[in-house]
Amino acid sequence: MVLRLNRRTFMAGTAAAATGAAGFPMPSIAQNAPMKVGVLTPKTGVLAAGGIHNEEGITTFLKERDYKVGGRKIELIIADTAGNPAGAKTKAVELVERDKVDMIMGPFAAFEHLAIVDYLAQNKIPTFGYAGAEDVTQRKANPFIVRTTSSAAQSYYPMADYAFKELKVKRAITMMDDFAFGYEQVGGFQRPFEELGGHVVKKLWAPLNTPDYTPYISQIEDCDVVAAGLTGSNPLKFVKQYKDLGLSMPLAGGLTFADDIITRSFGDEADGVYNAIPYSIDYDAPANKSFLASIRKYYGDNVPIGFYSAAYYVNGQILEAALQKTGGKSDDPEQFIKAVRSVELTDTPRGAISFDDQGNIVCNIFVRRVGKKNGKMENTIVKVYPKVSQFWTYDPKWFLAQPVYSRDYPPLKS
Amino acid sequence: MNQTLVLAVNSITLGGLLFLLSAGFSLIFGLMRIPNLTHGSLFMLGAYLGSTFVLTYGLDFWVAAVLSAVLVAVFGGLIERFLLRRLAGNSLAQVLVTLGLAFMIADVCLMVWTGDPITVPTPPGFAFAIRGPGFIVPAYRLAIILIAVVIAAALWLLLERTRLGAMIRAGVDDPDMARVVGIRVSRLFTVVFCLGAALAGFAGVMGAPILSVYPGLDFDMLPLALVVVILGGTGSLLGSLIGSFVIGFLYNYGQARLPELAYFVLFLPMVVMLLVRPQGLFGRHVP
Amino acid sequence: MSRARLVAILAALAILIAAPYWLPGTYYVNIATQILIYAIFALGMDLLLGYGGLVSLGHAGLFGVASYAIAVVLAAGWGHAAAIMLALIVTVATTAVFALMSLRATGIGFLMITLALGQILWGLAYRWISVTNGDNGLNISSRPAPFGIDLNGASAFYYAVLVVFGLVFAAMALFVASPFGASLRGTRDQPRRMDALGYHVWMIRFCACLFSGLLTAIAGILFVYYNQFISPQALALTASAEVVLMVIAGGAGTLLGPVVGAALVVIMKNVVSAYIARWNFMLGAIFVAIVILMPEGLVPGTVRFARWARKTLAGPVPRVATDPEPGR
Repeated sequence: MVLRLNRRTFMAGTAAAATGAAGFPMPSIAQNAPMKVGVLTPKTGVLAAGGIHNEEGITTFLKERDYKVGGRKIELIIADTAGNPAGAKTKAVELVERDKVDMIMGPFAAFEHLAIVDYLAQNKIPTFGYAGAEDVTQRKANPFIVRTTSSAAQSYYPMADYAFKELKVKRAITMMDDFAFGYEQVGGFQRPFEELGGHVVKKLWAPLNTPDYTPYISQIEDCDVVAAGLTGSNPLKFVKQYKDLGLSMPLAGGLTFADDIITRSFGDEADGVYNAIPYSIDYDAPANKSFLASIRKYYGDNVPIGFYSAAYYVNGQILEAALQKTGGKSDDPEQFIKAVRSVELTDTPRGAISFDDQGNIVCNIFVRRVGKKNGKMENTIVKVYPKVSQFWTYDPKWFLAQPVYSRDYPPLKS
Repeated sequence: MNQTLVLAVNSITLGGLLFLLSAGFSLIFGLMRIPNLTHGSLFMLGAYLGSTFVLTYGLDFWVAAVLSAVLVAVFGGLIERFLLRRLAGNSLAQVLVTLGLAFMIADVCLMVWTGDPITVPTPPGFAFAIRGPGFIVPAYRLAIILIAVVIAAALWLLLERTRLGAMIRAGVDDPDMARVVGIRVSRLFTVVFCLGAALAGFAGVMGAPILSVYPGLDFDMLPLALVVVILGGTGSLLGSLIGSFVIGFLYNYGQARLPELAYFVLFLPMVVMLLVRPQGLFGRHVP
Repeated sequence: MSRARLVAILAALAILIAAPYWLPGTYYVNIATQILIYAIFALGMDLLLGYGGLVSLGHAGLFGVASYAIAVVLAAGWGHAAAIMLALIVTVATTAVFALMSLRATGIGFLMITLALGQILWGLAYRWISVTNGDNGLNISSRPAPFGIDLNGASAFYYAVLVVFGLVFAAMALFVASPFGASLRGTRDQPRRMDALGYHVWMIRFCACLFSGLLTAIAGILFVYYNQFISPQALALTASAEVVLMVIAGGAGTLLGPVVGAALVVIMKNVVSAYIARWNFMLGAIFVAIVILMPEGLVPGTVRFARWARKTLAGPVPRVATDPEPGR
């Protein structure tokens, strides 16, 4: 969906389309021309919830500044990928060739991103990547990408550390969706956990659309923690079924398992669930408080707020900082992305952020515990891990020489 | 926890839920020969409506379930009367209509309830678990089996012991002859479709405390209904019942023991059944 | 062929050939390319559904087999020509296996078996990670360069696809007019009578399946070269359902119907979705509307409407019989 956010941008958009018809690619050369920011996000289909919150986050940021960032007017163009790779490709082409965007935020899912990563690199489109696929900023990194969220494993490293050191658990079973994001999360848990002296006893993989987790839960035994990193709406079903079957070992999730938005839907069964994620509503920083006030002002007091919205808000802040560095210029993609990668902020709803040499964000990871507050299930931060990178404490060269996390790597220790 | 025992018990409870899900589909498919591809959407719609009744209006769970069933039945009746009836005999067109409606319903649900998933709490009174030697089963799941059996019995009574049921069976076996003897077959079909839709909506609410409600629920559940009906047999209530439990067992043991085949542990038996005995275990007619 | 029809065909050809020039930008050329690719897919489906009377809900699986075959062997270092040959062979072989299983039933049974087989292929695409790379999918780095022509540009690739489409369309037209095409239609309308007349109904249907598989393979190959990426999503049930909808909405059993249907869906998904947030709803509503107002499909329905309009506009004056229309 291309969302024209006010009449002026609509007129500018049609003018751009008309000039586009001449067949010449024309980036916004003049500083006075608006900077076009394309957003690839699912607005329909099963991933739509995330897309809606992404849009809320970036729109809040832009509305606060009346769409003027770093001295430039921003034109936001949102394209609905419908959550599938072909859609992502078509919309990416639409944004690049028809709308002539200067940069892209997104897309949402790893399989969407992998379908367009080469295309975006060939066309030199600076991209604020969202999806967690590890290799995008590791073994297949390209200079035009930064990932502003977290790699799949990045959020799990602190969770493993916390589980071993604070929860004092030693034997773990992992329970993940059977796809690449799940494999990478397990890698993020298994490596540090076993280095500290823990032991991953069993790995359970469930198809993405599993209605009933009982066959998997029934295999959970002889362990004292379950690293469960399910995605989408699966955590709701899983936690309920897990507790219904009488299991009480703590659950340790990643950034998708108990995000603040999904926690709103949890019932009492989610009490005591741990999760590690780069954003938490209860993070006590002025930047966060003002973000929360702002988004509630524009979308109502009851708007669900979580990492999907906060990450895109911070995207806006990164964009602002980059534009301030380039003096408002965005016509040179190499220069622009260099500026983006050199951004270091302390005053964001996520706390301090910066980027590593591969373009992946280095940020706080909040370990939280779900509990009942004011009659609702909410997350409370129990520990903050600052400056977590995609490489955790490992040497990047060594890390990159290892294979990417997969279903069988790291292998189970017998 | 004794895994085998847990799986055995869960096979039965899952079978109960599957029966609720597929009874409506089996009815419509068996009686009207329409593979109602809107079935998953009606299930999801019922679940969403039920969740709103329980969470926003504070209605009792069971009242909400019945209310949702009624609303979905009315909606189903409208679909049948104004869309499907015009296409009687043109099964291609019927497939298209039900598929088009599925897209529409999914998008409307997304608009109304947004994309965030919704949980419905287990109805009070059933939020406990029953422990046995080496296994544990949530009470609500046992309740589902009971409800499935009650509904199966009620449907059987309806079909075998009432005049309406006799008319329906006549309409199935030979619609033209039934018309000749004065049975209003078209009106009957509307009734049957409403009933099937009501069952779908009811099942959606029943399933909500276990499955939660989220976009995509419709197409996650539709293949399961298809597999149950194919395996159990078209046009046979007993077939749907038995088929549900068979699928329950296949699902539980298949997922647990053959995780490599998890994505097709249900479709392989379906293919085998279609090749070996296309009318299913208890089917009355070949689809 | 009547003069009117000849003129229409030449006009259509002219429009298609000149497309990169009158379309406002490479983005729209790409849309046109996609329409042609899906039109080939839909024509393959129409063969089975429209002319053969067999509805398959598993064709996206065959489509995916072709795409994955290309991606896998290219990654293994094969050349394009060999890859294309292999993809065609593998897909038709898979179709043969499918057909052997599915043709044991007809009607809804056929639909169910093909649905299940399609789902199995989809599951394989997800789980056979060593070959398919699972949900991360496979990338292709280059496009073929037949006779040394570079196909990386949008217009160049469009023309290549147009040529293939033209050949496919011509083949379909020949097929439909051929005795085999007639016998296929016979098996659709009166299988028992055909059998009684001595036609081998099963073999006719089996050959139709193979031909359908071939066209699907061609579409799958073009698709993976166009996107330069393939992932399991392309084999999902919704993808199979979409191509069935394209055919039925456009007009099953006609040549133009699948093309129109493909254009409808592609434009709705890609172009309209940019302007209307609820395009999914609209797509469903359009299908329902087509079914109610023009159950035989857009193309035959439009022809019928045009005839009705012509008759109405001509007024109630009785007319002397003019050109009798060749039997419709």
